[in-house]
Amino acid sequence: MAKISQLHKLLTEKEISSRELTEKYIEAIERDNKELGAYVHLSFDEALSAADAVDAKIASGEEIHPLAGIPMTLKDNMSTKGIETTCCSKILSGYKPIYDATVWTSLKEKGAVLLGKTNMDEFAMGSSCETSCYGAAKNPRNTKFVAGGSSGGGASAVGGNLAVYALGSDTGGSIRQPASFCGIVGLKPTYGAVSRFGLVAYASSLDQIGPMTTSVEDAALVFDNIAGFDKMDSTSNPDFKADTFKNLNNDISGKTIGVAKEYLEGLRPEVLKATEEALRTFESLGAKIVYFDMPALKFALPVYYILACAEASSNLGRYDGIRYGYKAEVYESVHDMVCKTRSEGFGDEVKRRILLGTYVLSAGYYDAYYKKAQNLRGAIVAAFNKAFECCDVMLAPVAPHTAFELGKAISDPIETYQSDICTVPVNIAGLPAISLPCGVAEDGMPIGMQLIGNKFTESTILNFAYKFEQATNLMKSADWGVKL
Amino acid sequence: MKYELVAGFETHIELATKTKIFCSCTTEFGGDPNTHCCPVCIGLPGTLPKLNRKVVDYAIMAGLATNCEIARVSKMDRKNYCYPDLPKAYQISQFDKPLCEHGYVELSTGKKIRLARIHIEEDAGKLIHKKGDTYVDYNRGGVPLIEIVSEPDIRSIDEAKEYVEKLQQVMRYIGISDCKMQEGSMRCDVNISVRPVGSDTFGTRTEIKNMNSITNIAKAMEYEFERQCDLLESGGKVIQETLRYDDATGETSSMRGKEDAHDYRYFRDPDLVTILLTDEEIEAVKNSLPELPTEKAKRYVEEFAITDKDAQNLTKYRRISEYFDKASEGLKNPKTVANFMIGQIFSRLATEADKEIFDIKTTPEQLRELVKLIEDGKIKNNLAKTTLDKMLESGKGAMDFISEDDMGGVDEGALTEFCKAAIEANPNAVADYKGGKEKALMALLGNVMKQSRGKADAAQVTAKLKELIG
Repeated sequence: MAKISQLHKLLTEKEISSRELTEKYIEAIERDNKELGAYVHLSFDEALSAADAVDAKIASGEEIHPLAGIPMTLKDNMSTKGIETTCCSKILSGYKPIYDATVWTSLKEKGAVLLGKTNMDEFAMGSSCETSCYGAAKNPRNTKFVAGGSSGGGASAVGGNLAVYALGSDTGGSIRQPASFCGIVGLKPTYGAVSRFGLVAYASSLDQIGPMTTSVEDAALVFDNIAGFDKMDSTSNPDFKADTFKNLNNDISGKTIGVAKEYLEGLRPEVLKATEEALRTFESLGAKIVYFDMPALKFALPVYYILACAEASSNLGRYDGIRYGYKAEVYESVHDMVCKTRSEGFGDEVKRRILLGTYVLSAGYYDAYYKKAQNLRGAIVAAFNKAFECCDVMLAPVAPHTAFELGKAISDPIETYQSDICTVPVNIAGLPAISLPCGVAEDGMPIGMQLIGNKFTESTILNFAYKFEQATNLMKSADWGVKL
Repeated sequence: MKYELVAGFETHIELATKTKIFCSCTTEFGGDPNTHCCPVCIGLPGTLPKLNRKVVDYAIMAGLATNCEIARVSKMDRKNYCYPDLPKAYQISQFDKPLCEHGYVELSTGKKIRLARIHIEEDAGKLIHKKGDTYVDYNRGGVPLIEIVSEPDIRSIDEAKEYVEKLQQVMRYIGISDCKMQEGSMRCDVNISVRPVGSDTFGTRTEIKNMNSITNIAKAMEYEFERQCDLLESGGKVIQETLRYDDATGETSSMRGKEDAHDYRYFRDPDLVTILLTDEEIEAVKNSLPELPTEKAKRYVEEFAITDKDAQNLTKYRRISEYFDKASEGLKNPKTVANFMIGQIFSRLATEADKEIFDIKTTPEQLRELVKLIEDGKIKNNLAKTTLDKMLESGKGAMDFISEDDMGGVDEGALTEFCKAAIEANPNAVADYKGGKEKALMALLGNVMKQSRGKADAAQVTAKLKELIG
């Protein structure tokens, strides 16, 4: 069920207006968001006027873009002019940007209808959305469970039918893991495929924006419309042209799927089972499976936490209370003001990572941590390069387990870090990966898998994902939100 | 004990690009606070820097003009520190892979002050303290800078002054900065230490920050040299620290000690890509460079037999040397042009600033025309001199003041007549000359010149007078 093309058809055939559609979502958000906690800032007025503009176009007989008039949402770390952008941190409370992120500019031009900004772990640091200063987003399959993180709000909104699609960001799994926890599709594009301009930085060399949708086709459509070179982002690829949509249905028989054995270690039995079943499904579609070792993956987790925290410690230095956002009320000097603003404005997880990052970059520790991690990053990149010499895509689980109950992550940060083991290698190597449902656990929570591609082969992984989706039909709609 | 001064410079120079280093805001000096700003240069969350290619070109020019090697591969790093004038809490700079390395600046003595490196970076904003409150102005934030780091090769205050002047001269010549120390487009930090004469190890150094004039640099160094010498003489030790120089008291005082030194936690800026340069690109920048003052001066001395001092004067500012080059084009003896410029034109330019601007009414082509008349034997030097004065006043050409008659010269017969008349009219001068006063002849010469309306040749006249007086 590809929602966007269906809705586009309804709009152009005047079965429903964009305003009516938008109002349905607004109504659903007003009813269900209290329980789901998917949205943290709402922009209904802007949404309705965008919808009206699209309706006017339709009425005048103009052709509209496939994404025009479709209600959607952005993670709260993407800059939206005039609409609060807080990264779910107290330190950015009240901050209304004066400029739009490039992804939002391009979607807005196409007539996208922004319902609001969605919940996330504070500054995208977390795997359960529980470090948000607004409280956690909940899993629409079962609200006792986390939606995952950090893009938990987007997953909850899309999985809970409170938005047609969402843009999330993925630094170490933040799109893929919540997508898998909530039973939807999430694409983490190649580093450099989508502009980061306007994405509030957590770890600049790892961050990437991508779509969260209820179908592979929708993911392809949204990705094709946000990808491409942006002169404002020097790290975006000037030569890349996204054309995943038209390649979705290519034949995959005879193609090869690689499986690194390290990815299959330490999994919950039901996750391992679902992953193996997915491989059988691909075999039935004519793909070949090859297994190999990738010992470098063992370093991925420490490498990720060292590099991400190092970059974060620098990226987050700008929050000092002087120019925007939260500022301590009582202070004695500039120094005192900055200290108090940060002490009061940042949450525990953010402070933990700033401290870690500052430590690994410090004189005397730099070589032992940061430099070593950089070298190992090179080894991981090389290992993936080698792997793609013998396969077209790689298949791996998204997490060793399914969504866990609320409150569990907070109690044990180290165990939570470890649950990122399957997702971080892709960010370290700058590769694209798509997460999609491949089964259901005994407790009813969705199990996800990811298909990993070589750089800028989004077309290939989306093609494989589409074929799998068509063959299995595992997408289930949750009992929330808009019923169409 | 006798001590020797050892100093090295860190010089920041603002580049004269139209736009800032990472965004398209203007670099213009001044402006109402925070009006030359955008989301990028005030570091709003989510913004990304984009390197202005012109900045790289200008830095390469600076490197080539100071004999540096240009790196084919370099990168930008983050220098992390927290201060209200630095909106991202890090300055984008270059740490271990600077654009230029291993250069030198040659002093007039021929001594080379080695340059360790030249790198590019962004400037910070400015704090404004007003009525007990502090405000921040980010107009200057993101203005491109180069930092030129010398080796500790400077051994005297004169060398220090000349080093700074030379840098200033070269950077202005190649047009990458106006290097105005007062406006802060050139700022110097001096690392200074002392050691017993003859010693080959370095003493503990102090760093004097942010000096804004050559006079202050000299005064601060003098003070600091004395202070360090006195300290050592009295059995004390120099502490490694960062100092500020107080213009009013003429003293240095401590800003922070070694233990308060920042740990900048440098790392590569992941928002910017590697700077790759090809030989062709560097060659293209090289070809765009004007002839540099040192080479120019050498050429003037060698090719035109101009004295070293005059050559220095003619090459001190780019506009002067360009004027000279243009005015001498096609002439047999450019030295005549040099003499006119240094003698008559320079005397009309009261200050160094006037000389640098070199705004005069006479065009180089007009001066060339005048000198050509001398070279062709049509007019004599004296007439040329008075004509040039009139030209400089009015902006008119030589031919507006010289008649056909003037160019006729003075024939032998007329010259003899003029000389005889002069001798007759000045018996006292003749007597003085005969009595051994060589100078007395000048009065007679003046008389002849007056009679010939400046057309007579002074050497010819002198010879004729001597002949007639006997």
